[in-house]
Amino acid sequence: MAFTTYFIYKAILVLAVFAITLLVATYSTYAERKIAAFLQDRVGPDRAGPFGILQPLADAVKMFMKEEMIPSVSNKWLFILGPSLAMLTACLTGVVIPWGKSLFIDGQEFSLQITDLNIGVLYLFSVVSMGVYGIMIGGWASNNKYSLLGGIRASSQMISYEVAMGLSIIALVMTTGTLSMKEIAAQQHGWHWNVLVQPLGCLIFIICAFAETNRAPFDLPECETELVGGYHTEYSSMKLGFFLFAEYINMFISSAVISTFYFGGYNMPFIGRWVHDPNMLAILGVVFLFVKISFFIFFFMWVRWTLPRFRYDQLMNLGWKILIPLSILNIVITGAVSMRVEILEFFTK
Amino acid sequence: MQSLTNRSKVVSKKEMTLVERMYLPAIFSGMLITLSHFFKRKPTIKYPEQKREFSGVYRGQHVLKRDEKGAERCTACGLCAVACPAEAITMTAAERKPGEENLYREEKYAAKYEINMLRCIFCGDCEEACPKEAIFLTDRQVNVYGQRKSFVYGKDILVEPKDNPIDLSKRQSAAVKEFKTHQEFGHNQTYDKNRKVKVGGHH
Amino acid sequence: MITQYIFYFLSFLAIMFGLMVVLSKNPIHSVLYLVLTFFAIAGHYVLLNAQFLAAVHIIVYAGAIMVLFLFVIMLLNLNKETEPHKNVWLKLSAAVAAGLLLVVMVGSLKNAEMIAATNAFDPSVGLIENLGKTLFGEFLLPFEVASLLLLGAMVGAVLLGKKSIK
Repeated sequence: MAFTTYFIYKAILVLAVFAITLLVATYSTYAERKIAAFLQDRVGPDRAGPFGILQPLADAVKMFMKEEMIPSVSNKWLFILGPSLAMLTACLTGVVIPWGKSLFIDGQEFSLQITDLNIGVLYLFSVVSMGVYGIMIGGWASNNKYSLLGGIRASSQMISYEVAMGLSIIALVMTTGTLSMKEIAAQQHGWHWNVLVQPLGCLIFIICAFAETNRAPFDLPECETELVGGYHTEYSSMKLGFFLFAEYINMFISSAVISTFYFGGYNMPFIGRWVHDPNMLAILGVVFLFVKISFFIFFFMWVRWTLPRFRYDQLMNLGWKILIPLSILNIVITGAVSMRVEILEFFTK
Repeated sequence: MQSLTNRSKVVSKKEMTLVERMYLPAIFSGMLITLSHFFKRKPTIKYPEQKREFSGVYRGQHVLKRDEKGAERCTACGLCAVACPAEAITMTAAERKPGEENLYREEKYAAKYEINMLRCIFCGDCEEACPKEAIFLTDRQVNVYGQRKSFVYGKDILVEPKDNPIDLSKRQSAAVKEFKTHQEFGHNQTYDKNRKVKVGGHH
Repeated sequence: MITQYIFYFLSFLAIMFGLMVVLSKNPIHSVLYLVLTFFAIAGHYVLLNAQFLAAVHIIVYAGAIMVLFLFVIMLLNLNKETEPHKNVWLKLSAAVAAGLLLVVMVGSLKNAEMIAATNAFDPSVGLIENLGKTLFGEFLLPFEVASLLLLGAMVGAVLLGKKSIK
């Protein structure tokens, strides 16, 4: 592939992923309000445009127009750095997700993944582990007790659940045998979805994803009843918007990651029987992936508007005393099943 | 003590079983409940486009009625003001001058008649008290204003316009009108002692 | 050619941020500069094609350990008022000791020879497959011993954290 073609193709892909991420996150705010309303027998926002479809726009205008406040006792640079970091780390994760199979145009292959790192899973994990800095720095720089407590809660919660998340991914990697997101997605063609192989790991991963995105029932860092607004108590205007937006982007990316890891990614069973054109298949794959992502975003919201928030000690108990032992058990079982022939031989000898 | 209803439940502090301690079935059933609400009909009324139907006996802003010839019925007797539990009504009486017969039905009329809508509790006692069928509550709502003094409604708002009589048919339905013909229940006309009392009336 | 410039750039960043760790007055700033230093070092790992090391370096050091550091420092709320007053003699003796260490290091490195790499640089050595094979083949025993060490440390931490049973 010529360098200019390559450059243009990558630039388009990056911009597209970025734009779609922002668009999905924008409309997630609308979906959240609408779904919350429907689950509570209300109709939700319906004034801006038909069915309130322009509501995110109105919200964005409101966010931009609000007064920009920086507390005089805060650490100004870190105060600005907090939401920026939250947004940056949220956007970075979309790079390694395979959005679909490759397109073939003019005999050239165009992969629908920005970059296929051979350690894609680890990259994802390292970016996620960076995500806590935005919240912590923002919480500390606000120079407010509520914010500080929110930041500290966020950090201890994320560290605790990262462990269980990592261990559940290890079991997944043991079955897939690769750390590349592209191969993990490709292996799940047809009905070979990883959730059927790793049901326990999938459950642990989803629970940890809830904790990592600070979504209910794990939204302790920002819980209104105890901490006013948690780490974003002192924030206003677009800086607050960035924090909230980062949460929705994280939710979108988490949904994409859950779909890719455990629910077949862009694969759909039996589709190969009716569609044979590879380009058509690739485009349909993107559609399927987004259907799965939409379902998981709905699932995130559904859970949020159903379950009450954990108490802090319950959160820690769940993380350290239940999820981590369970994920270690999952690793042991996975190892035993994959080595079953050798183990049987050992005992029958 | 024995409970009057069988709705009370005794709190049990039994150990939870393993399935219960996993919480997942409970979470799942809870999520099914919320999901069932997702598809329920929403009771919301989208206000400016849809309006809630008022009950037939809704008691809203008052009106001072005119008679068939367009003369004001109110005679400033003050019974409404006496009956008012919120003390919202005040009035000043005046004597009708010759030549004003088409303006006021009786020889005495209300030169000033004010209802403070912030005090009014819309109980309808003024309507009950009125011997001249002059004041009624309607299905109109009192407006919202920025100043307290705007809520004191004078005759300019309360008296119905001559060319646009206020429809009372919803509240003053046939049944109500029929009820009013039983003189023993009301005090609108002179009490007819010869008529037999059917139900317990006011003596 | 480009990699060389990137190397110099990353080294400059690493050294600068390292200096900032020491020089910044606010301990929170120090921790954040240390995180940036770790990123610069992770960049060096990527330059050596050791992507696994780079990712793990960020996950473990920047993502976990430094978060805990930040956590503790935020809770302690260190600032100028709470800083313990240091004796002038203490500062002087520290400066002398550090200076002597510098002299020793310069002296020992002055006469050292450049040791050429005995084997050619293999770009695939840092990839995860090769690393895993080496770790679980050639260096299996040290690897397992290290895990035992970590287990011991963990048990010790639990023991220290537990309330004493009387």
